[in-house]
Amino acid sequence: MEVFLLQLFNGLSISSILLLVALGLAITFGLMKVINMAHGELIMIGAYSTYLTQNLFQDYLPKSLFDWYFVLAVPVSFVIAFIFGLILEISLIRFLYGRPLDSLLATWGVGLVLQQLARSIFGAPNVAVTSPAWLNGGMKIMDGTLLPYKRIFIIALVIACLVSMYFYIYRSHEGRRMRAVMQNRDMASCLGVSTRRVDAMTFAIGSGIAGIAGCALTLLGPIGPSLGTYYIVDAFMVVVLGGVGKLVGTVLGATGIGMFNTLFEYWTNASLGKVLVFVCIVAFLQWKPMGLVAMRSRSLD
Amino acid sequence: MKESAILLCDDVTVEFDGFKAVQGMNLKLEKGELRFLIGPNGAGKTTILDVICGKVRPSGGRVTFGKVDITKKKEHQIAELGIGRKFQAPSIFPSMTVSENLEIAMRQRRTVFATLFAKMAEEERSRIDGQLTMIGLQNKADWRAGGLSHGEKQWLEIGMMLLQEPEILLLDEPVAGMTDKETDKTGELLHEIARKRSIVVVEHDMEFVRNFASKVTVMHEGKLLKEGSMDEIQRDDRVAEVYLGKRRDADVSRSTA
Amino acid sequence: MLMRIQMKKFTPQRIWILIAYTAAAAALFSAPLFVSDFRLNLLAKFLAFAIVALGLDLIWGFTGILSLGHGIFFGLGAYAMAMYLKLAASGGKPPDFMGWSGLKELPLFWQPFQNFWFAVAMGIAIPAFLALVLGYFTFRNRIRGVYFTILTQALVIITTTLLIGQQAFTGGTNGITGYSTVLGYSIGSPETKRVLYYVTVAALIAIFIFCRYVIGSRFGKVLRAIRDGENRVRFIGYNPAIYQMVVFTISAGIAGVAGMLFVLHVGIISPSMLGIVPSIEMVLWVAIGGRGTLVGAALGAILMNWAKSEFSTAYPQGWLFFMGLLFVVVVVFLPKGVAGLIGQIKFRRKRREPNHEGVRNPAV
Repeated sequence: MEVFLLQLFNGLSISSILLLVALGLAITFGLMKVINMAHGELIMIGAYSTYLTQNLFQDYLPKSLFDWYFVLAVPVSFVIAFIFGLILEISLIRFLYGRPLDSLLATWGVGLVLQQLARSIFGAPNVAVTSPAWLNGGMKIMDGTLLPYKRIFIIALVIACLVSMYFYIYRSHEGRRMRAVMQNRDMASCLGVSTRRVDAMTFAIGSGIAGIAGCALTLLGPIGPSLGTYYIVDAFMVVVLGGVGKLVGTVLGATGIGMFNTLFEYWTNASLGKVLVFVCIVAFLQWKPMGLVAMRSRSLD
Repeated sequence: MKESAILLCDDVTVEFDGFKAVQGMNLKLEKGELRFLIGPNGAGKTTILDVICGKVRPSGGRVTFGKVDITKKKEHQIAELGIGRKFQAPSIFPSMTVSENLEIAMRQRRTVFATLFAKMAEEERSRIDGQLTMIGLQNKADWRAGGLSHGEKQWLEIGMMLLQEPEILLLDEPVAGMTDKETDKTGELLHEIARKRSIVVVEHDMEFVRNFASKVTVMHEGKLLKEGSMDEIQRDDRVAEVYLGKRRDADVSRSTA
Repeated sequence: MLMRIQMKKFTPQRIWILIAYTAAAAALFSAPLFVSDFRLNLLAKFLAFAIVALGLDLIWGFTGILSLGHGIFFGLGAYAMAMYLKLAASGGKPPDFMGWSGLKELPLFWQPFQNFWFAVAMGIAIPAFLALVLGYFTFRNRIRGVYFTILTQALVIITTTLLIGQQAFTGGTNGITGYSTVLGYSIGSPETKRVLYYVTVAALIAIFIFCRYVIGSRFGKVLRAIRDGENRVRFIGYNPAIYQMVVFTISAGIAGVAGMLFVLHVGIISPSMLGIVPSIEMVLWVAIGGRGTLVGAALGAILMNWAKSEFSTAYPQGWLFFMGLLFVVVVVFLPKGVAGLIGQIKFRRKRREPNHEGVRNPAV
């Protein structure tokens, strides 16, 4: 029972991290059909933003306030990654709409440049971010079973991101424009929606969420210039499995992969577990090639 | 009677996320028949073509080609059996030359092995050359197909279909975007083809239908509304109500086009 | 029709192409006479990479399917050869790394690799088979475009984790190295290296001719048709899935050949040589050389690797910057690569005459 609960929590925790990493992709890939391989580097940027925030607090503010740096780091990471995303969209991505494979290659190049940039600024070795004291320790549910606060915090952060994204996309004015453009670009622009502005905003928001993911990752261990590359492929698998166009799919995809990953790794070992998850994903796609939640449309191609 | 039918759609129903695009449609096509399929927008004409050629799986009903049930077959299998399809927008292979387009469309064995070792036989060469002449592209055989004009692309596609030698041709608005002269030429060509093969044409251009149709099927809201000669169709009240009432509009849009 | 006959008889161009090919082949075969042993070894490595590029071009340039998994196919070929070489070095006993992991007996699947020809056969068959399986389960369901690409990338991740994780069987992160002989000849001696170089040149030429044949055949035309419009191909009566599967398998087999040659020249294979980054670098070679032209792909591989060996040791940081920027520039400004650029210049010059005809014709 204890083992089961712990594994369940582990699975949930991995799912939440995957989801946080994949949420931004669900927007840029799912809604805009842009394969942003630099997404991992935007995560890295978010992580380094948190690192910088921590350093600033350490150097310029009294020690008593230090623990609260993390509260500020979340929005800071979002904003910095948002700005990077905006620049990326304006300077490069907008030339690549409708060419998904080309966007993949070009953004991979961007990712390489960003990684190298981080290496020259912060150095190649990993740096550690001290987690705030209030996230140390954990919730004791039974003897010997401890649920770390950090992981609970990440789960809460994901839920917060999901809820705000839901309200933004489905309830706000801007979100309505966004959906209009993604569903019928020509019609939306005929109705006076500035598609350029919407594209740039959408991409930047997707990037900003990657920044938040990076911020969360600092809680789990030291960070380095190639932080994002560990997560990017998994994140894409989440989107492929979940299906594009709807948030529900991404949530289900992340939960599925996270849970099965934990289960298989518990049964076998880390490397075989990954193989089994991949096999399961391919097997699943035999049944639903378009992913869990697919928008069905009449038009082919 | 039933023996002469080459294509039979029996009670075909198609659903898109709960919306019934086609409901219980029946269609019988005789050998060597030139059938026109008309109806207002959204009547399900294109969808029924999609069902026949395997692009859309019906949620109910059966499609039989000759004696073969093709309801569950894949697109390429249906094409191999002898049903050719021409889409509304010209869909040719733009990066290949005109003659290469014809070469791969030509009736032949289509397995990997066969194509890997295929040599252009003299007879095949002359078939392609003949087709090039017929569609008036003999001087552009080595042009990239993407560089052709819209009308030329339409013709190339018709040429590809003819070389494919299907028993049934499904044409979706074949004369859209053509000049009056080209339209007439296409109509004559269709009659010519229909001597050996059967054709189903979906068409909006009522003048074209009137000039060339022998038998017409009218669809409305996914159902069969009326079937018969053009005269019968024009005299039918229900058809007039849902469709021919709009005839003037169709003519107007045509004259401005 | 007139034009086609003209094209067929347009021999001067064909003669020039033939002369260029012969000159290139002659240059490759006579290189050992002019180049130092060290440089020759490098060149041999580049030629092995050129072979991967040919295979990759077959699937990406001509069929329009982007595989980011070719590092794995290359790597599996390399591992197959490395297993043979390692066993040749240890005399059939379990290699050193197995001992470190506490493995006393040679695992069953290692044993047949003592035979050189079995290893060669596996070096082609294993990657080809893996590609066939992945291809079967994806193309059949019309999983294509970016979805397929992402799946190939996932394949890379799990294969490298597996190679690293199963240290006792694969040598883990260090990979497999420390060879002594191949077919009884010392692998490090200049003579053997020279022979291996000739073998590589011969393999490159043979595979080049093979690819040319494939592209020129009707099969190749169907591949290009699939690139232009997969669905339309279906309605003509071809099953694109089978074609995609076959070309993916061929392409993976070619990568396997390249991997085997690579190990023979370089003397080591490790998971880092076949991961995500090397796989995508291979795509860059083809992109720079020009997707859709075999010569371009091969030249792209050779040039990029030459540049890498010249600059990456001197300016390791600058090199990565440069490579990243190159990706962006090539994709945005040179979608058809250098070969496309040359073709464009030629096309512009030639275009004038047929263009007049094109304008005149419809009026007639």
